[in-house]
Amino acid sequence: MTIQSGTTTDDSREPAKAEQRDGFDEIHILWISEGMSCDGDTVSLTAAGQPSIEDVVLGLVPGLPKVHLYNKVLSPTMGGEDFLAPFRAAARGDLAPFILVIEGSIPNQNIIAGEGFWTSFGNDPETGQPLTLNWWIDQLAPRAWAIVAAGTCAAYGGIHAMAGNPTGSMGLSDYLGWDFKTQGALPVVNVPGCPIQPENFMETLVWVLYHAAGAAPPPPLDHMLRPQWLFGKTVHEGCDRAAYYEQADFAKDYNAPKCQVKVGCWGPVVNCNVPKRGWMAGIGGCPNVGGICIGCTMPGFPDAFMPFMDEPTGGALSSLLIKPYGAFIRRLRGITSIAVNREAKWHHNEPALTSGYDPYWRP
Amino acid sequence: MTQTADRAGSGERDPAQLVEMSWDPITRIIGNLGIYTKIDFANREVVECHSTSSLFRGYSVFMKGKDPRDAGFITSRICGICGDNHTTCSNYAQQMAYGIKPPMLAEHIVNLGEAAEYMFDHTIFQDNMVFVDFCEAMVKATNPGVLARAERTPAPRGDIHGYRTIADIMRAFNPFEGAMYKEALKASRLTREMFCKMEGRHVHPSTMYPGGVGTIATPSTFTDYLSRLMNVLDFIKKSVAMNDDVFDFFYEALPGYEEVGRRRILLGCWGAFQNAEVCDYRYASMNEWGKAMFVTPGIIVDGELVTNKLVDINLGMRILLGSSFYEDWVNEDPFVTHDPLGNPVDMRHPWNQTTVPVPQKREFDGKYSWVMSPRWYHKETDRHLALDTGGGPLARLWSTALNGLVDTPYVKATGHSVRITLPKSEQLPETTLEWKIPQWSNTIERDRARPYFVAYAAAMALEFVEKAMALVRAGELKVFENFEVPDEAIGCGFHEAVRGVLSHHLVIKDKKIANYHPYPPTPWNASPRDSYGNPGPYEDAVQGQPIFEENGPDDFKGVDIMRTVRSFDPCLPCGVHMYLGKGTTRTTVHSPIYGAGGHG
Repeated sequence: MTIQSGTTTDDSREPAKAEQRDGFDEIHILWISEGMSCDGDTVSLTAAGQPSIEDVVLGLVPGLPKVHLYNKVLSPTMGGEDFLAPFRAAARGDLAPFILVIEGSIPNQNIIAGEGFWTSFGNDPETGQPLTLNWWIDQLAPRAWAIVAAGTCAAYGGIHAMAGNPTGSMGLSDYLGWDFKTQGALPVVNVPGCPIQPENFMETLVWVLYHAAGAAPPPPLDHMLRPQWLFGKTVHEGCDRAAYYEQADFAKDYNAPKCQVKVGCWGPVVNCNVPKRGWMAGIGGCPNVGGICIGCTMPGFPDAFMPFMDEPTGGALSSLLIKPYGAFIRRLRGITSIAVNREAKWHHNEPALTSGYDPYWRP
Repeated sequence: MTQTADRAGSGERDPAQLVEMSWDPITRIIGNLGIYTKIDFANREVVECHSTSSLFRGYSVFMKGKDPRDAGFITSRICGICGDNHTTCSNYAQQMAYGIKPPMLAEHIVNLGEAAEYMFDHTIFQDNMVFVDFCEAMVKATNPGVLARAERTPAPRGDIHGYRTIADIMRAFNPFEGAMYKEALKASRLTREMFCKMEGRHVHPSTMYPGGVGTIATPSTFTDYLSRLMNVLDFIKKSVAMNDDVFDFFYEALPGYEEVGRRRILLGCWGAFQNAEVCDYRYASMNEWGKAMFVTPGIIVDGELVTNKLVDINLGMRILLGSSFYEDWVNEDPFVTHDPLGNPVDMRHPWNQTTVPVPQKREFDGKYSWVMSPRWYHKETDRHLALDTGGGPLARLWSTALNGLVDTPYVKATGHSVRITLPKSEQLPETTLEWKIPQWSNTIERDRARPYFVAYAAAMALEFVEKAMALVRAGELKVFENFEVPDEAIGCGFHEAVRGVLSHHLVIKDKKIANYHPYPPTPWNASPRDSYGNPGPYEDAVQGQPIFEENGPDDFKGVDIMRTVRSFDPCLPCGVHMYLGKGTTRTTVHSPIYGAGGHG
């Protein structure tokens, strides 16, 4: 229906309303950063402006459920039991619905003999024994309406799962099983990145919250459970240095603002949107600003990409193949460039008009 | 086991009424930290304190055998709030090992990035984490009497920040609601954008390499940085004024508050902001370029500067055990017997450390922590000093002030103070702030130093922008120097992380990492009792501190204790990056000995 200017609409009819939502009015976010983590994803989250965490907490994004955020770094409490209370309530089944966010990789408890553990979160009030991260996941994961893995560590193991690590660390889906489904019938939602790109995370969280409100379908995820709209393209596909690649013009060290594929950039094979999106508010990035892509969003990170400053093996072949084409094209473009850098010859201050203008021209 | 001066005003004591109180996990810090105390409510004093952490990841274990050039990328991941400090420090250590000096412009870019990191980190920590302990909601819950007084007390610097009373300032810091709380989050974004202009992205940099940076150094890069810096100056000037108002008020409203978190002056600063004109990264000339840094290194004991020489600082480092879950490594083979100047290197020095973890039950009267105990060996007194960093800014300002070496257009050290001049900004005129060496090393002064250091970093950034712009205008755009990884080499990096002293010690064999030990500020601050019985700085600062909270044991929040712990700006991922552990085990705590005072 279109409304024409000056016409009146039928006053007796109410304007169309959005469909009745079948979702939650309120939801809790239980954030545990006690994985093998550096808290960098929580810190990164506070850099987001689109939307910001305070926008979400203060209810400034229309259509979202009211959010109760429990995150150690931002908690107004002193800590200890005050802080743990909602986590304990959720573990008992007294707090729902909630979204569980895990930050940091999950250590392997099975390799430890005896009562040891790799990381813990609070103590057991009955025994006074520390509660492991693994215990909390075992309690909370089956009760969670949704689970989000924040960062490459939680998603795929990350740097702390590096070759030679003593903890046997892994990602959340390695721990829960890749076919795991939450109470809300969702798989684990992975937001990789080391750390998470701030707006990537907030956007994913907001989608999950819209879904919780009944206003959006489940977030579309790929086979590694990443949001497709954020991780569906490669670094290289969004890199503003890709033109140098096409012209086979490669940086030989880190001084040149050219394509860095021969000095360590893995961008052509890494799923990440940072060069396209910038790091925060469109500022910063990786290869677009001179920082080689080390593949920090990928399941194979870091071992598949080390040593970081060496040329990727595949890069050697493709950069060799593009060389004749690139060199030829670069030369042709150089010639064209001379032509298009010239102004038209009728741009002058002479007494006669030479632009070709004819006032009596007819077809 | 005392390293702390006797506290004033002990006098007559009532029979002890001891209550065990613990906070685990501690919120509004980075990482996993638990604080376990015994509090004497009759005498309103903390009698005993143990700090513990329960996360192990094992950096120095999995870095062995890797390409040394990867070290800056890997060690950044030690910490999610100061990772770039690790990258910077790692690159310093690598540059020494590879024998290279980055181009001058690269040094300015690194300094600009690190200045933005200080501005970001101190702001978000002070205003969004620490100040929640001083906000209206918290003071109402812990000291309603103090809040009532704050309502009646006009803010002396209201003409600068615009708040009428002290209580109005406190309200501005209420979490998520207060105007200053929200403004600080925005300021932390602006300063992170500045950081990203220099180091690519936050907190794990993308454009930092041994040998220099990959940052595109065009006039736009520095203009973008400078415009944002100018935009944040009003916030910084107001911040310093608001903090001074609130902290002065606390001394006034709660006589004796200076005793909270007070410990003997035992401060360490490893220096920050390399002076590109002097620094060549050679170990042999390290004392010279160390002193030329724009934050001067120094070890301060009881108000005296013990040394400002990085070689002395380096050789005095000792990693002690005593309460930590490790087997000693003294019988292992050393990696480095002598430094490049021929000085002997101790077996307990980070260059020679081998980590042998022994998971075991936590016993507070035995071994109770995965954190080791870094100490600095003071030859003259034959003591292993439990240095702290005062959260970073306190030691940096103190050392720089005492040294009196920094003399730039915007920052000048006088021998007893640091003068910081910030130019005119949108709302406020040119302002000179003077941070004077305080009477005490305590909770309030650690917190007060933080916004002053934000101003310091902003002022130095102005200087670095000007120097960088001059090079760019002169066409000197080189930002990276090539190098070869040697077969065998050693290196050490000294830097000031946001929270204080940071060192990286690197040993290369067969072009691979043979040993790598980063020592960030938190292992110094959060360490447990060492083999000589000296408590770590958190423990030492909390033990014996008076309690001013009005609540009794039933609804006690522990705000004074938490203020002390947070004044050190704990960062436990940094604290336990290298420790193999099974974490905490709750034990039956032995009966406290009345009157021990925790200092023995």
